[in-house]
Amino acid sequence: MAKIKSIEELKKLREDLERGITARSQTSTRIIIGMGTCGIAAGAREVLQAVMKELDARKIEANVETTSCIGMCAQEPLVDIVQAGKTRVTYGNIKPAMVPRLIEEHLVGGRLVQDWVIARLEPEGIR
Amino acid sequence: MLELSLHILDVLENAVEAGAKRIELNIIEDRVQDTMRIEAKDNGRGMSRELCERVLDPFVTTRTTRRVGLGLPLLAAAARRCEGDLSVESEPGRGARVEATFRRSHLDRAPLGDMASTLLAVLLADPPVDVAYTHQVDGRRFEFDSAQVRAELGEVPLSQAPVRKWIERTVREGEESLRQTRPMERTEKREAEF
Repeated sequence: MAKIKSIEELKKLREDLERGITARSQTSTRIIIGMGTCGIAAGAREVLQAVMKELDARKIEANVETTSCIGMCAQEPLVDIVQAGKTRVTYGNIKPAMVPRLIEEHLVGGRLVQDWVIARLEPEGIR
Repeated sequence: MLELSLHILDVLENAVEAGAKRIELNIIEDRVQDTMRIEAKDNGRGMSRELCERVLDPFVTTRTTRRVGLGLPLLAAAARRCEGDLSVESEPGRGARVEATFRRSHLDRAPLGDMASTLLAVLLADPPVDVAYTHQVDGRRFEFDSAQVRAELGEVPLSQAPVRKWIERTVREGEESLRQTRPMERTEKREAEF
């Protein structure tokens, strides 16, 4: 019985959301969270949840992705924010409680949270 | 890791990195036998026998960023500390199978934890990966197959907020229903000992 109810719910979701798809898929903002063993051990799964929750609450469109270890294990959880034409920023030692400020200042305000930045990649090349 | 679901997330991420399109994840808990078995089978590129034999060595890894791969050794340690073990089987081109066993009631056996979050994190992968998840506690079984969800949703991606919330709720409710499995009666326990 639960299965049938689930399928009904999914059909409804499909109807509701299908309309919005083409309008939505054009965001160039990518938020990339390290999910290697180091990241997972440091709490990256919870950071991922916090990012989703914050984006949902603010109704911000962004592509949230996970990536494997990039070699800066001691600074995990790592969160990269990539936006077309802008500096690619890697934030380190991110905890779920830090996510609201990160989204607010970087995505909404367009300013880096300098204290938390551990790497930057300028659009034209490496600084 | 604090929860077994984090080890599971790690193993699933390995499968994603191996190019898997589909992962079968089975958790089987048997309270009479007092065992817990976690099995992940993927259809990624697989490993040579040579790599398979060395893969529990923390200094063996396929990644290039560091010369350390702790995921499987940590899971092996977690299983062995609970009178269980870890086995890794694979053939090139035939995917891999990882199985961790535990004595279920062992004091050091970490809780399974938040499976909904673990599944959601993996279902975000691009290109998409499907997870066929079953969790059984004695006679009760919960099944969740992301491929079925994708089939129902058509072009709507799983990353859409309402879909993610549906997945989270469905998995949490399913896991919750397994916890309702009634506690073993004393007589059942005694019979199990014989």
